[in-house]
Amino acid sequence: MGKTLFEKIWDRHVVQKVPDGPEQLYIDRLYCHEVTSAQAFEGLRARNTGVFRPDKVFCMPDHNIPTMHQEQEITDPVSRKQVETLKQNAAKYDLPYFGIMHEKNGIVHVVGPEQGLTLPGMTVVCGDSHTSTHGAMGCVAFGIGTSEVEMVLASQCILQNRPKTMRITVNGKLAPGVSAKDLALYLMKEMTTGGAAGYFVEYAGSAVKSLSMESRLTLCNLSIEMGARGGMIAPDEVTFAYLKDKEFAPKSAAWDKAVAYWKTLYSDEDAVFDAEKTFDAGQVPVMVTYGTNPGMGVAIDGTIPSDGDGDFTRALQYMDFAPGEKMLGKKIDYCFLGACTNGRIEDFRTFAQIVKGRKKHPDITAWLVPGSWSVYRQIEAEKLDEILADAGFELRQPGCSACLAMNEDKVPAGKYAIATSNRNFEGRQGPGARTILASPATVAAAAVTGVITDPRTLMEK
Amino acid sequence: MKQKYNIIRSSCVPMNRENIDTDQIIPARFLKSVSRDEKFFGEHLFHDQRYNADGTPNQDFVLNDPEYSGKILVAGKNFGCGSSREHAAWAIAGYGFCAVISSSFADIHKQNELNNFVIPVTVSEAFLAELFKNIENDPGVEVEIDLPEATVEICGTKFKESFPISKFKKYCLANGLDDIDFLLKNQDKTEVWESKNQEL
Repeated sequence: MGKTLFEKIWDRHVVQKVPDGPEQLYIDRLYCHEVTSAQAFEGLRARNTGVFRPDKVFCMPDHNIPTMHQEQEITDPVSRKQVETLKQNAAKYDLPYFGIMHEKNGIVHVVGPEQGLTLPGMTVVCGDSHTSTHGAMGCVAFGIGTSEVEMVLASQCILQNRPKTMRITVNGKLAPGVSAKDLALYLMKEMTTGGAAGYFVEYAGSAVKSLSMESRLTLCNLSIEMGARGGMIAPDEVTFAYLKDKEFAPKSAAWDKAVAYWKTLYSDEDAVFDAEKTFDAGQVPVMVTYGTNPGMGVAIDGTIPSDGDGDFTRALQYMDFAPGEKMLGKKIDYCFLGACTNGRIEDFRTFAQIVKGRKKHPDITAWLVPGSWSVYRQIEAEKLDEILADAGFELRQPGCSACLAMNEDKVPAGKYAIATSNRNFEGRQGPGARTILASPATVAAAAVTGVITDPRTLMEK
Repeated sequence: MKQKYNIIRSSCVPMNRENIDTDQIIPARFLKSVSRDEKFFGEHLFHDQRYNADGTPNQDFVLNDPEYSGKILVAGKNFGCGSSREHAAWAIAGYGFCAVISSSFADIHKQNELNNFVIPVTVSEAFLAELFKNIENDPGVEVEIDLPEATVEICGTKFKESFPISKFKKYCLANGLDDIDFLLKNQDKTEVWESKNQEL
């Protein structure tokens, strides 16, 4: 019997199977950020051990760094200490470190792929659930806790139970104006927020194959929001073209050899998945969420359903929405473009295209946060910053920002934010903040109209 | 940390809601500590529901209800979804819970609980519904979790079932050993793997 893409990569990395227990899995790449690593390094010292393979660990602060005036010292002393601690740990254990304002700094899930640090066939982990993003490169990537970060630091291995496999096939073509984010929100609605728990997902089908690398990263990013351990896409010419000449990607003869190997990474014809789901891309509408988990989504021109699962009533109460209400026309206070979900160049191009020649609505506070300095420089190179400035938008400096509001970018209680990020949980963007998840185009449309607006009405035909 | 468990018998704290995410368990703004200070995280467990905006306890929240207490948290399905933050498990442990009972757990959080010697007990939907009903009728009702046998029982009733946990994990929990102890002992095997897989 053939193997799935997941099994090919996972099996190759099994060091041993623990009798009546998990598997010891070798890890090719560990990323550390400031929020979930300090206690792991502290643990190493308590055990009187060090970092086993320092060249396989890359560190960068992203979660709580400010998105304005990064050239100055962080004013919040607790955030500053956390960032300083990562810097000290990286120095102490001789780990590559992309600090604040470093040309390679950014959100770890944006930086890893764009620097060629994450490659097909790898096992990739980070103390962050959106590590699933990296799976778009054709690798096995998943989020872990801090104890597990400590495991990998200490041994370059992790003990894991093998997840079940699921293939989500999306056939057909997305309609014009419908993005990978809409597809992901649609899948989450169909699958529910816990629907893929226990599974590692492979996305396949013509609609997935035709996505750009940036869009694939968006799709895999959101795998965790349906409970999946991770999401992945078989590497192909799109992947190879994206990686070619990236700084940390293999070069010349090593590149040819790597590509030859990467071309073997696909699910065999006769491979069997534990679960299979099939969707039609043509059915995917432009989506927004109305509730407090990412599975509570609806077509932008639809109405809030009359009932839902156990959280439904509480969620509507929190959002101050009622069943049957239309989503179009709802007033918005804050717009957030960014995060590991939609902080890449393609997302800024889409946003700029819609706001070009228009003006930011006066009642809107907009936070436009590139996912990395590399994205930031590309925005400048393409002169998108000028389009944004003409429309009254300011570009901020890279970081996770308002996705989880650990820095100053907090949405006030009761206010409505439409965001390209990944979670609309209670209090996620600040205590009492109300979050509506959407695509970059939909966020742009709200930013110039002040209300939820179908972005297709503002797109050039 | 590294507590040794065999049998837990306790009354329960019920949270009959589904999809309780780790942002609710511990909001992101409390993640800035650089040490594993479980007491600190325990004080902020469910912070935004447990306290009013002025910092006073929210009397409507179950952790502030004197009728409910115990070492076992009982919650609706898909407990611990969302962020991988282990701070959520530290907060649960720091508050004094030794086990969480639910009909399903998010994968990363489940692992985080195990790594902090909090036992995630996965039960059937029927058992969970029965447990919530029993607690509603009698907040003092006790539950017994027998780790060596991997069983969970509503004391004084016929409701008892087994829950999944590997022999390896049972052994670790019962002996206060963690995965890192195991991995450090097996570095020679890792080196053998590396020598065979130098180029990927």
